[in-house]
Amino acid sequence: MATTAVTPEREHYLNQQYGIRSWLLTTDHKRIALLYLISITFFFFIGGFFALLIRLELLTPMGDLVQADTYNKLFTMHGQIMIFFFLIPSIPAVLGNFLVPLMIGAKDLAFPRVNLLSWYLYIIAGGLYLHCLLTGGVDTGWTFYTPFSTAFSNTKVIEAGLAIFIVGFSSILTGLNFVVTIHRMRAPGLTWSRLPLFIWSHYATSIIMLLGTPVLAITLVLVVLERAFHLGIFDPKLGGDPLLFQHLFWFYSHPAVYIMILPSMGVVSEIVTCFSRKRVFGYAFVAMASIMIAVIGFLVWAHHMFVAGISLYSALVFSFLSYLVAVPSAIKVFNWTATMYKGSVRFTTPMLYALGFIGLFTMGGLTGLFLAALGIDVHVTDTYFVVAHFHYIMVGGAVMGYLGGMHYWWPKISGRMYPEFLGKIAAVTVFVGFNLTFFPQFILGYLGMPRRYWQYPPEFQVLNVFSTAGATVLAVGYVLPMVYFLWSMRYGAVATDNPWAASGLEWKTTSPPPTFNFDETPEVTWEAYDYANIPAPEEVPVGR
Amino acid sequence: MADSTVGVESHDPALRHHFATREQQREASSLGMWLFLGTEIMFFGGMFCAYLIYRYWYYNEFAAGSRSISIKWGTINTIVLICSSLTVALSVRAAQMGKRKLVLLLLSLTMLFGVAFLGIKGIEWYEKFQEHHVPGQSFDASDIVREYPQIHINQQHEQIYFSLYFAMTGLHALHMIIGLGIFLYLTFHTWKGTYTPEYYTPLEIGGLYWHFVDIVWIYLYPLLYLIDRKPLG
Amino acid sequence: MSEHIIPAKLYVGIWIALMILTVLTAGVSFIDLGPFNTVVALVIATCKALLVVLFFMHVKYTSEKMTKVVILSAVFWLFILLALSLSDYGTRMWR
Repeated sequence: MATTAVTPEREHYLNQQYGIRSWLLTTDHKRIALLYLISITFFFFIGGFFALLIRLELLTPMGDLVQADTYNKLFTMHGQIMIFFFLIPSIPAVLGNFLVPLMIGAKDLAFPRVNLLSWYLYIIAGGLYLHCLLTGGVDTGWTFYTPFSTAFSNTKVIEAGLAIFIVGFSSILTGLNFVVTIHRMRAPGLTWSRLPLFIWSHYATSIIMLLGTPVLAITLVLVVLERAFHLGIFDPKLGGDPLLFQHLFWFYSHPAVYIMILPSMGVVSEIVTCFSRKRVFGYAFVAMASIMIAVIGFLVWAHHMFVAGISLYSALVFSFLSYLVAVPSAIKVFNWTATMYKGSVRFTTPMLYALGFIGLFTMGGLTGLFLAALGIDVHVTDTYFVVAHFHYIMVGGAVMGYLGGMHYWWPKISGRMYPEFLGKIAAVTVFVGFNLTFFPQFILGYLGMPRRYWQYPPEFQVLNVFSTAGATVLAVGYVLPMVYFLWSMRYGAVATDNPWAASGLEWKTTSPPPTFNFDETPEVTWEAYDYANIPAPEEVPVGR
Repeated sequence: MADSTVGVESHDPALRHHFATREQQREASSLGMWLFLGTEIMFFGGMFCAYLIYRYWYYNEFAAGSRSISIKWGTINTIVLICSSLTVALSVRAAQMGKRKLVLLLLSLTMLFGVAFLGIKGIEWYEKFQEHHVPGQSFDASDIVREYPQIHINQQHEQIYFSLYFAMTGLHALHMIIGLGIFLYLTFHTWKGTYTPEYYTPLEIGGLYWHFVDIVWIYLYPLLYLIDRKPLG
Repeated sequence: MSEHIIPAKLYVGIWIALMILTVLTAGVSFIDLGPFNTVVALVIATCKALLVVLFFMHVKYTSEKMTKVVILSAVFWLFILLALSLSDYGTRMWR
């Protein structure tokens, strides 16, 4: 079927205006989403490059690739870049920005100019961090623990701290925009109980962004002041308490991990329901579970401090609360599984990523429970067991959810289909590479290999070699989608409005959408995931 | 395909295109500002947490430090801010009634109070500078140590009190300066005639911000100035 | 925030109350109430804050439920930070 039609190209948000000014001064949430996409992908590859250097160093037991001080900088900046400049913005700033107004039938977010400001804050912060990186870097570990960061480190702690402070405000403003939009701009008839679960999970994420990030901000301010003026707030020699820093730091940084996972869970809900052609089992439970994760997630932070010197009694309290927080996550996993049961399952690329998410997130989550047990934590804390645990959730979970979402909504965003066969190859490559990289690390940690060490005893080498091999496979899996997404923008099949025959308001407008999203404001009279009344995929063309 | 907006409404200059009605826009702005103030509660809250812990640990030093700052200036500043909150509230009320000149007068008074607050804060900080109570290289609290022969005052712990004093009042003052900037903007637009009894939302939400900064001071005042003012001996 | 216009006299009345409470809190601090000095100071501060929130910020007259939800949530969250941190500091036996 001819794709070079005689009719002139329909106007949509990508071609409505051309030129760099129309992008850099845009207030269209869809364009801002793409600006974010480019920015976070850039930082993803820098952070990934540092990961490759780390894995290369760890190929051999001796420290021979880089010096010890350099190694400290590598793991610090890998962590800070991946967390603050990739994972925390990723789904909310790209998919959230693009889809939240579409999914609720609105023309834009509540505060479009604030949205653009969010992106500029990200860019300013990113630029500052890059400057820090290029002029010496920072070596404190991503966690900035005092008094090393405030009194002893000779690296650019203040600059890194300020950069993260600024990017925190980018995050706060995004969360603020989402909450107001979801409350005040839903289309007529779109009650809370009809909202897609993607919206519920972004709402929960936004609550965390709003209530947690400011505490990180003030903590970084205090670190910067202490380092600049030798105040003594966190320095034991001057009467300060390093644990106070850790309490304030983790009050944000634990909920931050839920900022990183909740949006992914929302993506998985959307993908699983579409490719099982069945409404999500236990919709209300899944929606409430998102809110419970956000709330309980604020009550567990000191499980990062079990061996740091907190009192045994408060450790017991935090351990107990940490077990509680697993419950809503488990509820979601059960409900996704029940959704697929007796559903009409299609193993498309997004579905492969979603299935990978469910399995790998479960493994990561279960190992979190091991860590929540005080007796086990004493042995495996600060070992590779912890490293494996959080990478299973952040990479096996969050990143796979992000990739699944990018594939699922790519037709809507770009108006083109990505090549399905290559998509599946990449998904499998990522899955295999990921497990090869991180499963050996559970064993290494259990055997006692500490994290953040540049050398290790020779008996750990075999497992480290597996891990590094896995990392190279994983890298290939990440580069592939970049290549074929770009390819598809020119040569991919032109997508229809709803190539997946999915439910959701975003599929009721064109691919790509017009600048103001809908020709007429939709009025919603149906429940979410109304698959009984949606034509089956066989009847719907995928591409033109 | 026409890219028409939904329902071609009469062109309302104050209504932004992604909102359906003025009411929706106002409610969105209001919720947005309240959420932002919520984040500010957590932002200042982190420092209140640090303050709480160290006051619990080093009560004597905190009490001594509290006595060494001027209750006169602190109380005057509290009164100044409360007056400025009154003028802000009255200015929003005047805007609701369309009394442009009154709004301008009240906004100007508010900014005057704000500048007065900052001036007094400057005087206080300068006093502390002269007494060598500013944390850092030249910190010296031996005068406070001498004042309390019966209790042992640890100078390093005393420095923590002053670190928090400067950090908290400094952050508050920074918010006041930002508030002054916001009110300059609001004054300019009031003068231009942008606001009407039907549309004065920026004044409302600017006022909310100012009141919040006042509330932070309402807590800072007793926590920093009134820890222990009992007569000695 | 509502459309109805609050009389100027009410604002002035609240202002007078705030003044009185300020003078009160300053005065009470000179009287020895032991540990209750702190309690009284914080109670007075909270009363002042409530007056500002309810009247100057119009929360008493607003029809928007979310305003109250946001305020209460933020205050509660701060309370979580303070209470759970104190649960550590308050139970460290060596202090």
